[in-house]
Amino acid sequence: MTLLKVDDLSKEFGGVHAIEDLSFVIEPGTIHAIIGPNGAGKTTLFNLITGVYTPSAGEVYLDDRPVTGKAPFELARAGMSRTFQNLQVCLNMSALDNVMLGRHMHLKPGFVSGLLRLPGVVRRDREARQMCAGLMDFVGLGNHIHAAADSLPYGALKRLEIARALAAEPRLLLLDEPAAGLNSAETREIDAVIQKVAERGVTVVLVEHDMKLVMGISDHVLVLDYGRKLAEGRPQDIRANPDVIAAYLGTAHAFA
Amino acid sequence: MLAELVQFLFAGLTAGAIYALVGLGFGLIYNASHVINFAQGEFVMLGGMTTVFAAAAGLPLAAAVAVAILVTVAAGLALEMVAVPTRNASVVTLIIITIGASISYRGAAQAFFDKQFHTLPSFSGEDPIDFLGAAILPQTLWVLGITVLIVIALQLFFHRTLLGKAVLATSHNRLAARLVGINVQLVLLLSFGLSAALGAIAGVLITPITSTNFEVGIMLGLKGFCAAILGGLGSGVGAVVGGLLVGLIEAFGAGYISSEYKDAMAFGIILLVLFFMPSGLFGKRTTERV
Amino acid sequence: MLKVLASPRGGGLLVLIVLIALLPLGFQNNFHYDVAIRVGFNAIVVVGLNLLIGYAGQISLGHAGFLALGAYASAILTGSHDWPPVLAMLTGAVGVGLLAFVVARPVLRLKGHYLAMATLGMGMIIAIVLNTESQLTGGPDGMSVWVSFGVAGLEANTPRQWYWLVGALLVVWVWLALNLIDSPFGRALKAVHGSEVAAEVVGVDTTSVKVTVFVVSAVVASLVGSLSAHYISFISPQEASFFHSIELVIMAVLGGMASIYGSLVGAAILTVLPQVLTAFEDFEHLVFGLVMMAVMIFMPKGIVPSLGLWLAGRARRPGGEAAP
Repeated sequence: MTLLKVDDLSKEFGGVHAIEDLSFVIEPGTIHAIIGPNGAGKTTLFNLITGVYTPSAGEVYLDDRPVTGKAPFELARAGMSRTFQNLQVCLNMSALDNVMLGRHMHLKPGFVSGLLRLPGVVRRDREARQMCAGLMDFVGLGNHIHAAADSLPYGALKRLEIARALAAEPRLLLLDEPAAGLNSAETREIDAVIQKVAERGVTVVLVEHDMKLVMGISDHVLVLDYGRKLAEGRPQDIRANPDVIAAYLGTAHAFA
Repeated sequence: MLAELVQFLFAGLTAGAIYALVGLGFGLIYNASHVINFAQGEFVMLGGMTTVFAAAAGLPLAAAVAVAILVTVAAGLALEMVAVPTRNASVVTLIIITIGASISYRGAAQAFFDKQFHTLPSFSGEDPIDFLGAAILPQTLWVLGITVLIVIALQLFFHRTLLGKAVLATSHNRLAARLVGINVQLVLLLSFGLSAALGAIAGVLITPITSTNFEVGIMLGLKGFCAAILGGLGSGVGAVVGGLLVGLIEAFGAGYISSEYKDAMAFGIILLVLFFMPSGLFGKRTTERV
Repeated sequence: MLKVLASPRGGGLLVLIVLIALLPLGFQNNFHYDVAIRVGFNAIVVVGLNLLIGYAGQISLGHAGFLALGAYASAILTGSHDWPPVLAMLTGAVGVGLLAFVVARPVLRLKGHYLAMATLGMGMIIAIVLNTESQLTGGPDGMSVWVSFGVAGLEANTPRQWYWLVGALLVVWVWLALNLIDSPFGRALKAVHGSEVAAEVVGVDTTSVKVTVFVVSAVVASLVGSLSAHYISFISPQEASFFHSIELVIMAVLGGMASIYGSLVGAAILTVLPQVLTAFEDFEHLVFGLVMMAVMIFMPKGIVPSLGLWLAGRARRPGGEAAP
């Protein structure tokens, strides 16, 4: 059974095709990278898969069931979670509360039970707090557990997003440029985190510019250019693909 | 039948022109500073009331109007200096600050003028003009004519003058405007001053028809806000079209359906428009970028 | 004491209970009771409104409309139809809840100033209907409410009885609201403000969260409307006016957005201040407006959060008292 299948997907913005007739599949238990020059449609693709945008045409299947047009929260409940290239952290909350937000659907978050602070709510919240503190530790934010989100530096916020996405216990995790803006030491740490996540059996899809990171950890690479599929395959095949090299020539992204 | 229709049409256009001027004022300030100025209606009140009291003090009408515009512009500039420097303030905080300003202006008018209703003489006589059977007040033509002139003048200002283009540039991207050497503080002051002047002129124009007192600004401000939102915030064309639409809906609603419910119909239609076009008729359709 | 008030749960509730219990010792006449009761009514509405505006970040400039509908439901059902006050109040609340539920979905799709416009329009329409349908509502002159409020033989008639009733309701509602914001639902509420899309992608049905809190704040306003109609024995369409809606929002913002205790402080200040400012006679409104602007300019986050930050800053500075 394929985990995710994208079938003839298209998205238009006022006549401009951000994604055009794109098809691919993602098998469970792998690390997938989506690469391509700026403006190739990578983030748009993520937004289409996670329900943030509605496609102009085509279908998305999760576990072979069509999920096109479903709201992001429904897809999250079906096992998808993601991070954002432009950070989406709730700066009005503490860092730990941001991660605990990720547990939301596992906590029976009723209005009345919250109002009355029923014992079950208190207990589940306490357990979630422990688990989320553990997740912050896991992504290297052990020192920031009690910090306010708006006091964290950029690199920490990127990891906070990963911790929040993991708190949702997804089967499919989509990471949008997890290493962007990080220095090389931080990138190596993120690299390790992603591999550990994958070892836990979570399927990871990542959009990334850092070729070293992509080639090092991916099982499968999809190359986008102008919203279309340029190439697809194992990292070593992609590296040798003449179309890919042509598309990247003259850009700042050299293959390592 | 036709006479009635024309009568309602002119009533709607007259009110609509005033709403359009207030709506344009909302847009000017919003574009420059992203502040929704709930004191916009008070500019209309200040314009009318100051003219009345300046004229009563013995000034000729033209001089009284000039004084009124100056006073109102000063009120607008004062608001800019007080409200805009409040950085990191949320939208709601800024709304409350401008509501505080509107209460202050109203309180000042009540304290320094009075609580009575006042009117001004029409600019050119009170004798109605017969047009297709409808009786049109000469002041109506003044309102429409001057509104058209103002819209044309604004158009020329924004697209033909360097200063106007600087205002537009600032509204699109304040940081970029500052980087290319535009004096953003000047643009802000200019926008608030211009917006206050538009309100004052609207107040002078409408007073001979509807009369004025210290409280007229509330409803005029709300209707102007309706115009600005209906058209799409920050769109000049939108504010004019929105203002005229609100005026026409009211006039025809009052004439043909129910005069008690004319305001309710205006608000109801705005709600319907927003349900289907969440950024108004001419507002920018933005896709959330995440 | 301020530090306790500024901390989210702390001993704040206890302080509130003690305050309500001890306040009457300082009351010299019924006027003092009257002001305190009005503070209580406003505080209950504003706590609900703050859940919507402060926590979820969704502005409403029309909640006075819901309050007025509750008031009129009680007035009409107890007056012309002899319903028991509690039944009338609950019927009003259910009606308002349904109305809020129906309008919430389309209205809350809007954002920022467009949401402000839509809620403002909704409130205006309610006010106009109450003004116009004079056969039912008495029109602009309003209507008297003759029936005393009471349950099972217990009636609230004297200012003292009303004081304890409103005080008890306030304490219970504050306790419930504090529970709510400290629950998963409360986190979702704050996340709707912080980043709607972030909340969605971890499984929060943000639409349902927004609709729920909108309906709850409307129902609370309606209940208070009913109670205050019985207390004041008179209602008019002014209850639904734009200015009343604004007044409620100002209380929430002035006291402190996303602060339950801030709502109480805001309600107290805005209810008491006009009484004090009457000393300025003709300049009353001018001074009121200037005070409001000054508070928002110097404390953009509202009084309680700003004081809390200030105290925290002082505690951290060397030489200042150590934080507990």
